Amino acid sequence: MNTTLYTRREWIALAIVAALILIVFPVTMDVFRLNLVGKYLTYAFVAVGLVLCWGHGGILSLGQGIFFGLGGYCMAMFLKLEASSPENTAIQSTPGIPDFMDWNQVTELPFWWVPFKSFPFAAAAVILVPVVFAYVIGAAMFKRRVGGVYFAIITQAIAAILTILIIGQQGYTGGVNGITDLRTLLGWDIRTDSAKFILYFVNAVLLIAVLVLGQMVRMSKFGRLLIAMRDKEDRVRFSGYSVADFKIFIFCLAAAFSAIGGAMFTLQVGFMSPSFVGIVPSIEMVIFAAVGGRLSLFGAVYGALIVNWAKTSFSETFPELWLFAMGGLFIAVVMAFPNGLAGLYRSHVEPFLAKLTRKSPPSPAPDTAPVEAVKLAAE
Amino acid sequence: MIGDYTLLEFSSILAMQGFAGLILFSVFVLMALGLAIIFGQMGVINMAHGEFMILGAYVTWLCSGLVTAYAPALFPAYFFIAMALAFIVTGALGILVEWAMIRHLYRRPLDTLLATWGLSLILQQLYRSVFGAREVGVSLPDWMMGSFALTDIIEVPINGIFVMALTMLISLAVFLLMFRSRWGKQVRAVVQNRAMAGAVGINTKKVDRLTFGLGCGVAGVAGSAFTMIGSTGPTAGQLYIVDTFLVVVFGGAASLLGTIASAFTISQAQSTMEFFMSGSMAKVLTLLTVVGILMLRPEGLFTLKMRR
Repeated sequence: MNTTLYTRREWIALAIVAALILIVFPVTMDVFRLNLVGKYLTYAFVAVGLVLCWGHGGILSLGQGIFFGLGGYCMAMFLKLEASSPENTAIQSTPGIPDFMDWNQVTELPFWWVPFKSFPFAAAAVILVPVVFAYVIGAAMFKRRVGGVYFAIITQAIAAILTILIIGQQGYTGGVNGITDLRTLLGWDIRTDSAKFILYFVNAVLLIAVLVLGQMVRMSKFGRLLIAMRDKEDRVRFSGYSVADFKIFIFCLAAAFSAIGGAMFTLQVGFMSPSFVGIVPSIEMVIFAAVGGRLSLFGAVYGALIVNWAKTSFSETFPELWLFAMGGLFIAVVMAFPNGLAGLYRSHVEPFLAKLTRKSPPSPAPDTAPVEAVKLAAE
Repeated sequence: MIGDYTLLEFSSILAMQGFAGLILFSVFVLMALGLAIIFGQMGVINMAHGEFMILGAYVTWLCSGLVTAYAPALFPAYFFIAMALAFIVTGALGILVEWAMIRHLYRRPLDTLLATWGLSLILQQLYRSVFGAREVGVSLPDWMMGSFALTDIIEVPINGIFVMALTMLISLAVFLLMFRSRWGKQVRAVVQNRAMAGAVGINTKKVDRLTFGLGCGVAGVAGSAFTMIGSTGPTAGQLYIVDTFLVVVFGGAASLLGTIASAFTISQAQSTMEFFMSGSMAKVLTLLTVVGILMLRPEGLFTLKMRR
């Protein structure tokens, strides 16, 4: 058993990730590009959550957009209320409420919007609302031993329901446009370049904190149980562990990570809309984790960066090719590279590095075993 | 008097909504049947099912264009040719996909889900590149136009009735195939116990491939029928996929009868509620109820009792 949190190799990997997002990107990029990278990194939060929940726990959630969106909306509601002060909205028929409510003939702030005037409440809600929601879904499903594809389909259906609800209730949620025109956070203008620069670093530091937290979960006894549950759920149950509670916990943790990502997204991009909640974005978030390697926390960061960067540059130059590339990526990571970039690194780059330094090749990491085992079982 | 309506008017409205629900029911059944064959019998999640349906729709559209251009005499009956072609084309594509992709992933259902999602993205873009991003519609033969007037208020469109009759016919055919034919017996044997089925000499790999092909072919026919009541666009399939999965899961994954019963419940609930509230709220309420019931009863309405 590992008593230390990181092995030497993992320390180096952490140092490389930290150097990349804290030093290399800010030094080499202008504020516009940096803001874009910051946006990609908010998806890395979701991907890290999926690595734990899906890669290690075997629970495929196709509804991470729900939590990303809920976190983002909680933050957006606070920012929107701050931007809709009676002075700013004096031209409306009801000053002091968000503009989209006024357009939809809502004359009074709905009661569930009122607490979001307070920043501490909103900041707590960013985490708590998605976690409570995840708890309800998780408790209802895992206690009845619903798992696997059923869980995936039902989370997907919930993502669809939430999107329809947000779009349908235009007067309360901003509808299909979402909550836009966000200006200040506690009086601090978030639209300026310096604010974007600072927010990027807040985001980066939070991401590293989440990575360390994820590693702590992985290395704990709970992390071992998680893998055991994925591979032989019944044996863990018969050993006297409460499988459902562990599953609920990891699902809630993944939801909390996604929610932080969503809130940081709102702060950096300046709006939140249902197009980040629904089925398509939710399943795209899975591909970030899959490309990076479903078992690798650092891989999740690279996966989110690479896929989003490819998406931006592809859809700028060859928009019609992007869906082909994306579809091909889904098929490739499932059929050819089930361990993603991290797996490729382990099987190709690492032996090469080992040869360079003339050391004995490192023993294959235990992480690569499961997918191999599944493959063997299938044959 | 109920609200502002008289009793007669109210019951007519209910009947009209009920009929609209029946058309929705037909689409659900046709889509869900193919999905239930693939998911229920093989345990494979085919996220590209909607795209197979749209392929059937495009085949029908091409047929309609070709027949109008080269053999206008056949036009009144072209739909039947188109349907057969749609079945063959989508079935063949299904068999190809099974051979190239699905058969490698039978033990990894979650991975199948992601891979077929990738396939659906590729197919969508393919349709967009080949047929254009705009929605297309077929021209109906004269005998399918118009509507019956049952009473002064209630009118039912003929193409709706045609689609419903078609649905019943296809369901009947699938039932005969699954429960009365030798091949259906083999499929059910493989579902219940793959190893034993193989041991008594059933070629399980061939059965898998044909089952997948049949499921996709039924989706193609569904798409063909879909052109009768709506227009077809590259992403139309994606709109229905989650609903259809819920229909299948709600009905009990391994039960074809359950699939039909749940399609009926969901479509009727949705179209009746649509009259009382906005369309989006009706859909939200229906889906929420289904998800809620599934949380209480994860195995669905109908379950197949078998020893594991």
